[in-house]
Amino acid sequence: MEKFNTHTGLVVPLDVANVDTDQIIPKQFLQKTERVGFGVHLFHDSRYLDHAGTQINPDFVINKSEYKEASILLAGENFGCGSSREHAPWALQEYGFKVIIASSFADIFYGNCINVGLLPIKLSEAEVEQLFKLAPDAQLTLTVDLPNNVVTCGELSFKFSLSEFQQYSLENGVDSVGWTLDKLDTIKAFEEKMPAWQ
Amino acid sequence: MNNSSPKTMYEKLWQNHLVEEAKGETPLLYVDRHLIHEVTSPQAFANLRFHNRPVRHPERTIATMDHNISTRSIKIDAAGEGAANQLRALAINCKDFGIELFDMGHKNQGIAHVIGPELGLTLPGTIIVCGDSHTATHGAFGALAFGIGTSEVEHVFATQTLRQNKAKTMKIEVKGNVGAGISAKDIILAIIGKTGSAGATGYVVEYCGEAVEALSMEERMTVCNMSIEFGAKAGLIAPDQTTFDYIEGKEYSPKGDVFAQAVADWKNLKSDTDAVFDAVITLEAKDIKAQVTWGTNPGQVISVDGIVPSPEDFSDPVEKDSCINALKYMDLTAGTKMTDIQVNKVFIGSCTNSRIEDLRAAAGVVQKYEGQKVVANVDAIIVPGSYRVKEQAESEGLDKIFIDAGFEWRLPGCSMCLGMNDDVLEEGDRCASTSNRNFEGRQGRGSRTHLVSPEMAAAAAITGHFVDLNA
Ligand code: SF4
Repeated sequence: MEKFNTHTGLVVPLDVANVDTDQIIPKQFLQKTERVGFGVHLFHDSRYLDHAGTQINPDFVINKSEYKEASILLAGENFGCGSSREHAPWALQEYGFKVIIASSFADIFYGNCINVGLLPIKLSEAEVEQLFKLAPDAQLTLTVDLPNNVVTCGELSFKFSLSEFQQYSLENGVDSVGWTLDKLDTIKAFEEKMPAWQ
Repeated sequence: MNNSSPKTMYEKLWQNHLVEEAKGETPLLYVDRHLIHEVTSPQAFANLRFHNRPVRHPERTIATMDHNISTRSIKIDAAGEGAANQLRALAINCKDFGIELFDMGHKNQGIAHVIGPELGLTLPGTIIVCGDSHTATHGAFGALAFGIGTSEVEHVFATQTLRQNKAKTMKIEVKGNVGAGISAKDIILAIIGKTGSAGATGYVVEYCGEAVEALSMEERMTVCNMSIEFGAKAGLIAPDQTTFDYIEGKEYSPKGDVFAQAVADWKNLKSDTDAVFDAVITLEAKDIKAQVTWGTNPGQVISVDGIVPSPEDFSDPVEKDSCINALKYMDLTAGTKMTDIQVNKVFIGSCTNSRIEDLRAAAGVVQKYEGQKVVANVDAIIVPGSYRVKEQAESEGLDKIFIDAGFEWRLPGCSMCLGMNDDVLEEGDRCASTSNRNFEGRQGRGSRTHLVSPEMAAAAAITGHFVDLNA
């Protein structure tokens, strides 16, 4: 996993609540055995007018030319609800997003983002609303500083937090499997004490 | 927390599985059972290969083919090349890593959340994970069960553990008894209607109360299955005699003295009387009526004797907006009676409602319509959750009841719940579905899903619209 330190990028506002992972990456694109090839299908049903994905929907915010370079997604509440598919953060990442900001995330999606190195930032509803007001015309650019847990834009700054280990893992690009494998003795000791039925 | 303070069932399960809580690290939990399928596992296996790591406990992992498969043929390539690729990859991965696989046509094949319980793989007091958000189903047995992403699938493969932050706890008590004809699906939809589709985000939910205790294991699974649909990490029901009786004698369940010891341990799992929950929600069972969703998330649900709501009914601006969008997508007008909504597709299946009791309930409704058939403009399919369910249903003659009435009787699989195979709705189709998600496009681009019980779905197939069966 790549290390995350700071990131400065353009914000695209997707002001819809309860965007589920079926919308982020519909099921017909899950038939792959690799981790790549999902970015072009991100938000497929909204992004394209036709089922085949050949006609761009010009009204969908992400398709607008002024947001072409966006790397920070500002989203509505309960973002990423529904299916546990990690293909959703893979698609967002491959499209070019580094950070997702919302007032709330679905639990599984949030964990999946951390595990792939896509930074999910929870801000208060009022803060998210303030950003939504700034984003449309202002061509809002934000700087996300993970080590200091702060998002800034000119004079404005918003604090955010992650759990200690999540923060450490993202900053250091930890191989979480390798990390746990170093504790194999502890796991084995636990297994020895388990009851027979377990 | 000290050891003598009263604990919730979730806290007990947590404590019993805590391998390590190192300073500065997310707690490490032991995983007893890992269910895998073709869609969310290939990239995890690929990473194991890349790092040259084995699956630590292949015997704790069970694989099935369910998401992608055809319901018309047991041929591996019957649902297209993409699906066949994933299915073949699963077969190769299972062989290489020593994992037991229920492949096409195997007598134990079926939807992961249907076969786990029916084979006795799902046990109280265990942690069960699967790369699928409806893993919460297994919580019906008092197992802490939840969906995980592919990186976590890899972590479980390699270590048999998972890192999890502790969730908050919510108690949902359904007091008294439900009225006649009210199903487990109606109970859980009514709960989600009350909490909203994100009402339990960050929580593990425990369902309790007389109405929950009275449920069979199949019904409890329907309730726990939809925990994720209001954001809960997992759903739990305390194991009791109903649970133990269900498990005893199943193919993979513990036998003899080990079973006796297990039951003794499982009896201690329930939440202590004075345990404190972070949130408590109470419903009166007698108030719960048959439910139908009208919108595009499971929280947008109403009693069948109600009307399609209007955006004006919502004071919260987000809910108001969601209502406007949902009515547009669903092509519904506020004020329409739910019983006037016409459907042209019916799907009875999915890990929510494809077990033997669900099929019996649906067949019972079909029989009530004595000799009437599925209406001309409706296509109705029945997809059993597993080969065992299919076989049981056929031995009871349920398949004949359905086929005679004009339903299609299919092979087991996830099918139209997510439409990864060819069981997809067309643009503009309106479906009465016993599955768990009515998201935009879930069953097919531009298609409209109404979540209902198997009874309601059967009635909609015969009449062409929703019916208040208890009126
Ligand atoms: S039936 Fe539907 S919800 Fe259940 S496991 Fe299959 S796809 Fe997931």
